[in-house]
Amino acid sequence: MSDASHKPNYDFQVLGKPQPKKDALQKATGRAEYADDLNFPGMLHGKLLRSPFAHARIKRIDISKALALPGVRAIVTGKDFPDVLYGNLPKTRDYRALALDRVRYIGEEVAAVAAIDEDTAEDALDLIEVEYEELPAVFDIDAARAPGAPQLHDKAPGNVSTHSKSQFGDVEAAFATAHHVREDVFETQPIKHGMLEPHACVGIWEPYGKATLWSCKMSPYVVWRQLAMGLGVRPSDVRVIQTFIGGGFSGGKQEAMPMDFCALLLSKKTGRPVKFVHTMDEVLTIGHMRHPMRIWLRTGVDKEGRIVAQHCKLLANGGAYSSIGGLSIYLAGAMLNLPYRVANIRYDGERIYTNNGFCGALRGHTVVQICFARDSQLEMIADDLGIDPIEIRKRNAIEEGDVTANGLRIGTFAFRECIERVVNESGWRDKRGKLPKYRGIGIGCGGHLSGARLMGHSASAAEIRLQEDGTVNLTTGSTDVGQGVETVMAMIAAEVLGIETDDISYTMVDSETTPVDPGTFSSRVTLFTGHAVKRAAEDARDQIAAIAGEKLGVDPKDFIFKGREVINRKNDKQRAKLKDIVRWGSFQLGRMVTGRGAYTPAEEKIDFETGHGNLSPAYNPTACVIEVEIDPETGFVDVVGVWGADDSGTPLNPLAVKGQVIGATVMSIGQALYENLIRVDGKVMNPSLRDYKMPLATDLPKLANFRHSSIITWEPEGPFGAKEAGQSAGTAVVAAMASAIYDATGLRLTRLPMSPEDILFGLKAAEAAKK
Amino acid sequence: MTKPLVPVTLMVNGERYDVSIPPWRTLLEVLRETLNLTGTKRSCGEGQCGTCTVLIDGKAVNSCLYLAIEAQGKAIQTIEGPAAGDPVVERIQHAFANKGAIQCGFCTPGMIIATKSLLQDNPKPSEDEIREALVGHLCRCTGYVQIVEAIQDAAGALAAKEGA
Repeated sequence: MSDASHKPNYDFQVLGKPQPKKDALQKATGRAEYADDLNFPGMLHGKLLRSPFAHARIKRIDISKALALPGVRAIVTGKDFPDVLYGNLPKTRDYRALALDRVRYIGEEVAAVAAIDEDTAEDALDLIEVEYEELPAVFDIDAARAPGAPQLHDKAPGNVSTHSKSQFGDVEAAFATAHHVREDVFETQPIKHGMLEPHACVGIWEPYGKATLWSCKMSPYVVWRQLAMGLGVRPSDVRVIQTFIGGGFSGGKQEAMPMDFCALLLSKKTGRPVKFVHTMDEVLTIGHMRHPMRIWLRTGVDKEGRIVAQHCKLLANGGAYSSIGGLSIYLAGAMLNLPYRVANIRYDGERIYTNNGFCGALRGHTVVQICFARDSQLEMIADDLGIDPIEIRKRNAIEEGDVTANGLRIGTFAFRECIERVVNESGWRDKRGKLPKYRGIGIGCGGHLSGARLMGHSASAAEIRLQEDGTVNLTTGSTDVGQGVETVMAMIAAEVLGIETDDISYTMVDSETTPVDPGTFSSRVTLFTGHAVKRAAEDARDQIAAIAGEKLGVDPKDFIFKGREVINRKNDKQRAKLKDIVRWGSFQLGRMVTGRGAYTPAEEKIDFETGHGNLSPAYNPTACVIEVEIDPETGFVDVVGVWGADDSGTPLNPLAVKGQVIGATVMSIGQALYENLIRVDGKVMNPSLRDYKMPLATDLPKLANFRHSSIITWEPEGPFGAKEAGQSAGTAVVAAMASAIYDATGLRLTRLPMSPEDILFGLKAAEAAKK
Repeated sequence: MTKPLVPVTLMVNGERYDVSIPPWRTLLEVLRETLNLTGTKRSCGEGQCGTCTVLIDGKAVNSCLYLAIEAQGKAIQTIEGPAAGDPVVERIQHAFANKGAIQCGFCTPGMIIATKSLLQDNPKPSEDEIREALVGHLCRCTGYVQIVEAIQDAAGALAAKEGA
């Protein structure tokens, strides 16, 4: 590794040591207030009426009987909102707060009631009369792309919601030179985020004031803009206040939802606060889920198994609306370039509208599906050519300093070290191909970016205010969804100012007072907001040094900040308590110490049309080995060992990093083996946590066989050497599982989830073929 | 619509509450909405996720599946705990915090209550016994590793204290 990967001669005072979450005891004692925990005097309860049809025209809505029900205070329908489409990307805005004249999936919001309690609101829903004219519906991608298929949106002929194409190098010529070419098709399923806190909000729209929403939003400023757009008011007429967030994973909490619009409009109509809380049935029925995909992948390699060309055609079943789908499809193509070198690469991605709940981002976004397909196929190629599965991955590995075909500039990238680490930790060499029948070990690799640079708002900012007791108020626009933002940001500020993490209070986002920010997504916060906090703290530090310099007669450049003191490095007798300097500056000089910092990657633009450009400041590779034992009678897979590794740069809070990498790994185990939103003609058949299976504590290996290693590098683009940790670790797991099942059974599964049925029928078919 | 109300007396965290509620109200609803004890969380509403776990006469129960009228005459303990503090729960809370067992925190109150129930029945649980005890509790953030470690830590600390 080059020098860039090594930590400079820098001794951390605060960073790099495991730090419990600042809010942990508040949460542990039940004192953390989530959105559903908020109650206001006179508050009404809202409920949403949902479409029972996958595709229908709304001919008439009669709310008179429902309104007459005692206890009902107001009802709104689509006509009560401005005729505006809102959404994420300017080209693909297709959401409405409530359906106007057409519904496109089962569960779409049609009307909303506010009543004195939830029971009454629910009773009122039964009294709303909606006359529908059913339209032909379409649920799978082939039917939706066929000529004459029912069309979902006028602006999207052929039901193409969004597409992304790119080509780098001479792909056809490179294929012609290939020693070996494979084509395979991989299929993935829709999965849900599974955050335990259902969406909830309270809206208050003052008659002569603002529309204020309290809600569990990961990206409150996205919500803020979307609310203004959909309500037809200025953003400054809207205020979004973040509550504690009970898990996010981009499960709808990153944007405005129908409940948010309805809470505000119903509050305006009634003059009362209005609360909405989704039931788990609603959470699992409505949109936001991982895109199910069909990935056709053609890969050509030379004799040594080095990839010479790759062509990916991807079709995603996007459901009824766009959500963030434009980025989802772009990202899949961009990240096809990680973590292997592919000089000649072509990508054709299409997202198709169907009459299902809509898809969007979910931890790992579309990288998880791509890594499953690409890494599985690379191993199949190794098998074809008799190359060791570890060796083929190493031969193709991207290295530090590479620039990928699509222009990703790779900084630190300890990918080979990740592979070596999981191979050694797992005992791979003694196990692969050598374990007893029905026991197997497999490997997968992946990678993720550290915050996508977007066309719109990409920058983060932070503000730091020193209190007269030497403590600090830190505000950013970034939210904690459990990953530990409030702690790591406080640690960064404390490191710069020479104080303790406990000295810093981290303010939750309030669009009135905190700096505007794109939000919490895409593994961007530690890097983007972390830089902003570092700079804000340095700004505050310089101000304090100037004041201290005047008071102590020392050149401000000579101060070091340590142990809540400012100390002259040339004469450590010249020192003062930080709080005394702040007080003196404030009382005697009228100088309030307020530090500001901002960060945006200062780089050339990304060309989203051609797909070329450096999408992120940094990239995190990962490798994972999984060991399984399979019951040949039931097809059930017991995961007995997981050894992961990733290069998340320098872990600023190792305790939080551990939580991220293991959490991401376990989520992907669920995707690999059992999670699946089952839909029949657009109707979700398992909208409950009883039937939508997520990993339980008993589904995982023992602690001794569940390890993750952080390969430590010093990423020059990151604050204090840090990169992302929350998503990469989940990208290698699915391919590793497929590889382990292959080793255990000889079955190469290319469809998710890798269910007991598929394994059992696969084993039976293999038996039958032998006879 | 007028609803039939029944008078109900509940003993929660050692304090007496006299309330009038419709007889179909679950204990979870009454704790959260009538008594404003919102530390007990509402999620799946059907006994799958464990976020609403409380102790009734020392046993861990999903309060979303338990009618409030059934809880009369019984001792209910929620995460808000007795005002004087419960040293066992406090130890568990610190173990969860220090081991990184808390991320979003939504499952945490239920997990902590379940841990108290486990450790009072089985002060030295094996790793497998801990996992079994958590089977009615979902956590989407941590992957459970840190929760198992926290429970081991709390069990160890409590056992050491017992021995001292």
